[in-house]
Amino acid sequence: MSAKFTSRQVGDVVVVDGEGRITLGEGSVSLRETVRDLLARGDRKILLNLAEVSYIDSSGIGELVSGFTAVNNAQGQLKLLNLTKRVQDLLQITKLYTVFEVFDDETRAVRSFS
Amino acid sequence: MSEAVPIVDTQLASSLESVDQAESIVLSSAKARGWDEDAQFDLALAVREAMVNAIKHGNQFREDKTVRFAVHSQSDGLLIQIEDQGEGFVAGNVADPTNGANILRDSGRGLLIIRAYVDNVEIASSPTGGTALSLFKKNPA
Repeated sequence: MSAKFTSRQVGDVVVVDGEGRITLGEGSVSLRETVRDLLARGDRKILLNLAEVSYIDSSGIGELVSGFTAVNNAQGQLKLLNLTKRVQDLLQITKLYTVFEVFDDETRAVRSFS
Repeated sequence: MSEAVPIVDTQLASSLESVDQAESIVLSSAKARGWDEDAQFDLALAVREAMVNAIKHGNQFREDKTVRFAVHSQSDGLLIQIEDQGEGFVAGNVADPTNGANILRDSGRGLLIIRAYVDNVEIASSPTGGTALSLFKKNPA
């Protein structure tokens, strides 16, 4: 199964619930389009919930980084929520834990946006 | 190293479907050996990254080029060989993706991930001048 992203509004934060595999091809493209569409409609506080994302490869990691950069460049913030153990491991290996703000509690994550 | 018994030795097209196919073969091979899910996942991810490198960076998705994909069973683990028909590359020239200057790049993490998820990685030239990658993962303890 490729990735699917569904957005919901929590206060002034958009929570994006991901599901499936973010890999080279459809999964990565779907994430890119989701972030691009949110930025285009003016959203600048984006919380990406990866609880149901079972698998990410280096292309998916690259797409997370691109999304982070695009949102930052638009003076916004992109943060991560509910990483699986495997995605946590990948962020450790790639040292991207030093880049992303990561939360395991949605309420706390939403409150953290300035 | 123990004797290697071939499980699969085939040529795959330079397409994303081949990445899924290789991943599926490796998962089946690891599962058949009784490996736990984590070990299966680790090897499958490394193979996925190696196949993407071979198809995207090596063969550049060209239909006239193929990737040799081989899985060998050894008493102590699984050996995977992936050979493309690209221009070859020098691993030492790959920028460290964990370095602060490179950390926000959107690519260049494949080899780092491969090395993290298997026990041994060897990079050589393939018979066509492309890249030949050998990945070995030991049986889980």
